[in-house]
Amino acid sequence: MTFMKTLMGAAATIALTAGMSLAEPALIYDLGGKFDKSFNESAFNGAQRWADETGGTFKEVEMQSEAQREQALRRFAEAGLNPIITTGFAFSSAISEVAPDYPDTNFVTVDGWVELPNVHVIGFTEHEGSYLVGMMAAQASKTGTVGFIGGMDIPLIRKFACGYAQGVKAVNPDATIISNMTGTTPSAWNDPVKGSELTKAQIAQGADIVYAAAGGTGVGVLQTAADEGILSIGVDSNQNYLHPGKVLTSMLKRVDVAVYEMMKAGENLKPGIQILSLANDGVGYAMDEHNASLVSADMQATVDAAKARIIAGDLVVHDYTSDDSCPALSF
Amino acid sequence: MDFLTLIQVLDSSVRLATPLLLACLAGLYSERAGIFDIGLEGKMLMAAFFSGAVAAITGSAWLGLLAGIASSMALAGLHGLASITFRGNQLISGVAINFLAAGLTVLIAQSWFKQGGRTPSLTGAGRFNPIELPFAEAVSGVPYLGPIYSELLSGHSILVYFAVLAVPGTWWLLYRTRFGLRLRAVGENPAAVDTAGVSVVGLRFAAVAICGILCGIAGAYLATALQAGFVKDMTAGRGFIALAALIFAKWRPWQAMWACLLFGFLQAIALRYQNINIGDFTIPVQVMDALPYILTVVILAGFVGKAIPPRAGGEPYVKER
Repeated sequence: MTFMKTLMGAAATIALTAGMSLAEPALIYDLGGKFDKSFNESAFNGAQRWADETGGTFKEVEMQSEAQREQALRRFAEAGLNPIITTGFAFSSAISEVAPDYPDTNFVTVDGWVELPNVHVIGFTEHEGSYLVGMMAAQASKTGTVGFIGGMDIPLIRKFACGYAQGVKAVNPDATIISNMTGTTPSAWNDPVKGSELTKAQIAQGADIVYAAAGGTGVGVLQTAADEGILSIGVDSNQNYLHPGKVLTSMLKRVDVAVYEMMKAGENLKPGIQILSLANDGVGYAMDEHNASLVSADMQATVDAAKARIIAGDLVVHDYTSDDSCPALSF
Repeated sequence: MDFLTLIQVLDSSVRLATPLLLACLAGLYSERAGIFDIGLEGKMLMAAFFSGAVAAITGSAWLGLLAGIASSMALAGLHGLASITFRGNQLISGVAINFLAAGLTVLIAQSWFKQGGRTPSLTGAGRFNPIELPFAEAVSGVPYLGPIYSELLSGHSILVYFAVLAVPGTWWLLYRTRFGLRLRAVGENPAAVDTAGVSVVGLRFAAVAICGILCGIAGAYLATALQAGFVKDMTAGRGFIALAALIFAKWRPWQAMWACLLFGFLQAIALRYQNINIGDFTIPVQVMDALPYILTVVILAGFVGKAIPPRAGGEPYVKER
């Protein structure tokens, strides 16, 4: 009994000291893993930038299975961390369960959708960014056939595919787009072998550019594209450096900027809905020394013109998630 | 489906079936000797990591292969120690190996390479590159037979040819040698083997060691031939599909090869055609992905003959007193 008392006393002391110090932000990565060279890694980079600039610290955890989502959220909320930032659409249901129990904690979901007073929603207009890289792919393609390889088959990934297809068709209305999804379970984010086989199958069908929106699976796609001598397009983070001269461009999704801003706001975060788009550089395409020789000035001019028209509102790219259908591609 | 597409799908099937086949044969040795092994997945994963890591450091795919085999054999030894020497539960030991491999690989990879649980990309001699069989270029123009030879049979890495040769090798070893007879006997009736004065423990350890070698090659194939490096959880359930293939083949080597090729073919079809249209009816890709497991359940339910596992499988051997 006395031992129990000591234990509880110790726990209470820890809880008190935790409560007194300034609340740290927390970051929870989705199943793709912290270092997926893509989506989650981008979030980590943003958090790291915040930590380097402010000298602050943040807590982080990587999901290993579906069952851990709610547990991790509750743990961090109990520990007094604020705000709690999550990456990935799959956190939506877990947050809507947990958030009402901790009204003083702010939750942030990147890519998810939760309508609660203490949940901040960050969305991206991935279809616009994908549209731009699609235009680039159509211009760089010699065969008139381009490929898309998605990770898990979810509406968000279809949004990428749909924007890409529209961009391709805008440049070359006769182009063929081959679209494949790696799988229907979360393991589809981490199966580079399957990504490789899909790439080979698409090359066999004539594709000479592949766009991978598939997390860790994309590593296999980019590798095989480089091995087989065709061009690939990276996603989320700038992946041009992975195979210099073999990656046409990368569709940037500035998760790092979003996470950085959230951590900077800290406890003063005002929950709401925030859409990062072309207009505020939330999405875009990557240019650096690794792909400079692949993208001609002409190509860039065409893409930049389209970008200006999208920002001005003259050109509307259809969003798959708005009505679950795509005019340029059938799934 | 035209002829060239068929060749491409079959080519893809061979690539996808090779890791399954190696793991399946590994399981066959172990289970024929009476040691159930659901740790094939973990052993493959561990081998994939160490082969990728050593190949990245030394720049030699062969040294990578050796490191992969060594790491897989270390786990096999652990399984043997737990289930043969200490007579523990073989299933639990296998599960433990799977968890151990999933965690250790990422941990060591992060500590060695700081690239987030992956190994650096391999180039040049760090990978097993495709081998062109002689005259592949010359005969590619011959109708039908040309493409079969130059596209389907040629152009795989050396590990694929090894896996194919391992099938008759396994058959010969199990059914035509004294060692094979004893190995099969120890899985059916270890007491009889013991009475004959042959070491049950020795035979079972030998089987588990061979299992480790084959799993090691399977893992190395994934990381240094199919891919250019290790990625977290890259085996993606292939160890379990190999177990399904083993049951499907009723623990026999030739049938194991056909089962693995069938499962590889199903995967290749699913990758090539996302949805298959037969008239008005559409088969969704999920059905194709699930088919290996469905077929195994059908076999287990006894629809296509009975699948009888080795009689002493799963039971630790205790000498009678």
